[in-house]
Amino acid sequence: MSTTIRWVDPALVIDPAAGGPVELAGARCPVCATTAFPFQGGCPRCGGEAMERVALPTTGSLWSYTVQNFEPKPPYRGVEPFEPYGVGYVDLGDVCVESRLTVNDPAALSLGMAMRLVTITAFVDGDEPVLTFAFAPQEVAA
Amino acid sequence: MSTDVAIVGIGIHPFGRTEGVSGRAQGAHAARQALGDAGVQWSDIQFAYGGSHSAGDADSLVSDLGLTGAPFINVHNGCGTGGSALISARSALLSGQYDLGMVVGFDKHPRGAFATKPSSLGIGDWYGETGMMVTTQFFAQKIGRYMEQYGIGEETLAAVAEKSFSLGAANPNAWRRSPKTRQEILDAPMVNHPLTQYMFCSPGEGGVALVLARGEVAHRYTANPIYLRSAEFRSRRFGSFEVFSPWTTPEILSGPTGDASAAAFTSAGIGPEDIDVAQIQDTESGAEIMHMAETGLCAHGEQEKLILTGETRPDGSLPVNTDGGVIANGEPIGATGLRQVFESVLQLRGDAGDRQVPGSPKTGFTHVYGAPGISACTVLSR
Repeated sequence: MSTTIRWVDPALVIDPAAGGPVELAGARCPVCATTAFPFQGGCPRCGGEAMERVALPTTGSLWSYTVQNFEPKPPYRGVEPFEPYGVGYVDLGDVCVESRLTVNDPAALSLGMAMRLVTITAFVDGDEPVLTFAFAPQEVAA
Repeated sequence: MSTDVAIVGIGIHPFGRTEGVSGRAQGAHAARQALGDAGVQWSDIQFAYGGSHSAGDADSLVSDLGLTGAPFINVHNGCGTGGSALISARSALLSGQYDLGMVVGFDKHPRGAFATKPSSLGIGDWYGETGMMVTTQFFAQKIGRYMEQYGIGEETLAAVAEKSFSLGAANPNAWRRSPKTRQEILDAPMVNHPLTQYMFCSPGEGGVALVLARGEVAHRYTANPIYLRSAEFRSRRFGSFEVFSPWTTPEILSGPTGDASAAAFTSAGIGPEDIDVAQIQDTESGAEIMHMAETGLCAHGEQEKLILTGETRPDGSLPVNTDGGVIANGEPIGATGLRQVFESVLQLRGDAGDRQVPGSPKTGFTHVYGAPGISACTVLSR
């Protein structure tokens, strides 16, 4: 068993080595307060070049959702066998982040429902799980 | 300088799947048909703009059409390829530099959903690897929100596709030529909730060419010139909700469709209320519904009633996608925007056969939307 934590992209989170709860790493413009995700160097609103790396809130509300029912073409790398997965945007206040959802039944999802950040295995590389972020409904245990 | 640009010749290679015929050959077929329609030779064409997304360089068509030395400029601009070629050609003619030119668009895509590399859009590989680099997810999420906001039901999604298949059946150049019932459409496999397989377009093949002339000389080539009153292209501004976006703003503040259509109507001096027939991007049923309002053809929330009462059919008050749109024709990226113009010309000439809008329509509108947040629109009139 591997003991190191491997993220699909370590830049997505504030502390990719942390074993516990994670925070997403966004970019905030000190000039116009625009927040983007993941981190980017330039501000998409004012063109400023001094974006600051900030931790995004770990809870929010579901802004949109769907379920991916067919297996995407590469570069998608999923856990085999393919199982449909939920995708949605979660409103974190200053920014909506697109995310995998832990729920894949549209009947169990509704706009505005409370969501919280969790970690899931995106795919397995050799025998090493590769992690990504996801959002889960607040009332459902991860 | 010139004040008008007219479409004096149109050509098309049937859309769908044509085994053994390359995308380039479909473009050449459309080009020859357009030349014939205008009554001119390739050697009369003073310049050309053209493109495809995945079927080769349009300027290589000169080896089939004739090596005349005319400038042929390749356009490679995603879903805006046809619109960009048209805008460029229109500007060249308005400048007075030329009298006669051609635009051509063609494509041939492999089966299945489009696969796009995140890095080509400046997005990290993680976005594709975790299964979010999928266009259909965006459309499903956008219409899901919209349906809740405006109280639009799933039957309306099915009614849009029902119309598309029914008009495809009436269009000899369409890919999908069998009508489908609303129930068949609702019962088809779910692709991305709430959108089923029959509510989506598929990547396909096809080619379209147009011969354009400076307005002052258009009557040399045709008795029925159709004037390209405006052609406008816009990319996204801050606060628009777009395909392939790892993040967005909590409030939707703008959109390229609204921007490009408003610019096209203003530039033409013809408003959405004056349009007799419209071709708008219907990547899936929901896109047709949302784009009807985003372009200003109707008010937000008004679509369900218009669609369910048949007003968007050719004999209704707001005919939309009279050739079956991309749902019935498929999506060859390089050709779609020009197909919309081709259909508009047929309708304004009165040559659209079984799907002809009655009452001699005078004005047409076309609208393309695509990744990563672009829109190209035209206004046409007799």
